Amino acid sequence: MNDTISRPDAIATRQHWMSVLARAPAEAIASALTRAGPLPVWSRVRGPETGLVMVRGRTGGSGSPFNLGEMTVTRCTVRLGSGVAGHAYVAGRDERRAELAAVADALLQDLNTGSRDSLIGPLAAAQREQRLTRAEKAAATRVEFFAMRNMRS
Amino acid sequence: MAYVAVKGGERAIRNAHTWLAEERRGDPAVPDLGLDQIREQLGRAIDRVMAEGSLYDPDLAALAIKQAQGDLIEAAFLLRAYRTTLPRFAHARPVDTAAMRAARRISAIFKDLPGGQTLGPTYDYTHRLLDFELAENQPPPDAPRAAPDLSPVPRVPDILGREGLLEADGPMDAEPGDLTREPLSFPAGRDIRLQALARGDEGFLLAMGYSTQRGYGGSHPFAGEVRMGEVSVEIEPPELGFAIDIGDLTVTECQMVNQFKGSKTQLPQFTRGYGLVFGFSERKAMSMALVDRAMRAEELGEDVTAPAQNPEFVLYHSDNIEATGFVEHLKLPHYVDFQSELQNVRRLREAVERREAAE
Repeated sequence: MNDTISRPDAIATRQHWMSVLARAPAEAIASALTRAGPLPVWSRVRGPETGLVMVRGRTGGSGSPFNLGEMTVTRCTVRLGSGVAGHAYVAGRDERRAELAAVADALLQDLNTGSRDSLIGPLAAAQREQRLTRAEKAAATRVEFFAMRNMRS
Repeated sequence: MAYVAVKGGERAIRNAHTWLAEERRGDPAVPDLGLDQIREQLGRAIDRVMAEGSLYDPDLAALAIKQAQGDLIEAAFLLRAYRTTLPRFAHARPVDTAAMRAARRISAIFKDLPGGQTLGPTYDYTHRLLDFELAENQPPPDAPRAAPDLSPVPRVPDILGREGLLEADGPMDAEPGDLTREPLSFPAGRDIRLQALARGDEGFLLAMGYSTQRGYGGSHPFAGEVRMGEVSVEIEPPELGFAIDIGDLTVTECQMVNQFKGSKTQLPQFTRGYGLVFGFSERKAMSMALVDRAMRAEELGEDVTAPAQNPEFVLYHSDNIEATGFVEHLKLPHYVDFQSELQNVRRLREAVERREAAE
């Protein structure tokens, strides 16, 4: 990992790219990896394998936790030729997506900031765009109340 | 004798299932239904199957709906069976509904609440007239857009709670019980009750919630807030040592606000019922909140007189997979049981007839 940045920053940076990879389609991760250069050689350490995560809520929204129900999750751990390990846990059952996300996670740890941005930036932008589109449609359904004027006043 | 019957049964079962597959497919001249079509165009059915199957996976729900020919309880059953084949990797951190990217958010108690009222893609205010244009496969118009306010939307309890007029949520850190690991037992804590309601049958919860409104354990509810949208799910894998975000879920949350007259130790304040379900299912989230509040009757010192206030009654009957199993098991062979009942009835009739003849 790049040793010019502190560990909490490094974790936050990695958390960000992992959250982007967790939502990116397999094809989008594959083309992002291709953009970053020749595909690295990797070996599978664990998985890809599908299992469950128990999702929780909180009583009343902010009280003590309760189990809401499970979701499918696919995880994968890979190791690059350089020895760097990459991990992925992604919602759903797409094994290829989980493996590509783990490869990208490993590769991103080896890259400098500029190369990272060119790999993860377009994926993040596409997800921001999707969220913005839904937020814009929601905003158009926001109710604007107007007060009725009393005719006698 | 018994073996002969079993062999005959096997052939009949095989042929029945082959016919079922043909019936499921329907007229082969009509194109086969794609799972993507079910997922994209029957979203509320997907949501219901995921909620009652207690497994969030829209693609699996689509497959289950296709396999069950649209029988949503059968589809939920298929998801429940499938989940038993998978290992549990982790439990997630509780989802933060205050950080929800809300597509819909309404309140029936504050007109001008902070964050505003956002209708979202709702059936409310539609006229419930059949739209024959849908049969023509015309593309819909584009949804209008407006500049969004992307700041988090405060929750109604946070607004009312400031003055102490609304009961607080209580402690945050107890480890919740899990119905998928431990069978239901009583008294059931609120964590267990909420888990059971979240996977309970929508129709049952609707009827139970409705019964409280009609006077069977009424608690004067107001829809404090209903919101629907995406929340992020985070887990903390031990191999990483920090939390990671693994994707989004759509959930619906309902905050029901109810009257409470107070007690010897408590000033009058509003109490709450809570609903949270997978997918976009306002009817279920609201019903869940009504029933959650009704089941708190004993805790709040109210008279327990109605079915919805009785956790045993509600929780033993809310699961449609268990209910289906027990109701439909009546179809299984009861030949021997029935033979003995038949003999009993014959004996009783003979006894009565003998007595009448003697008189």
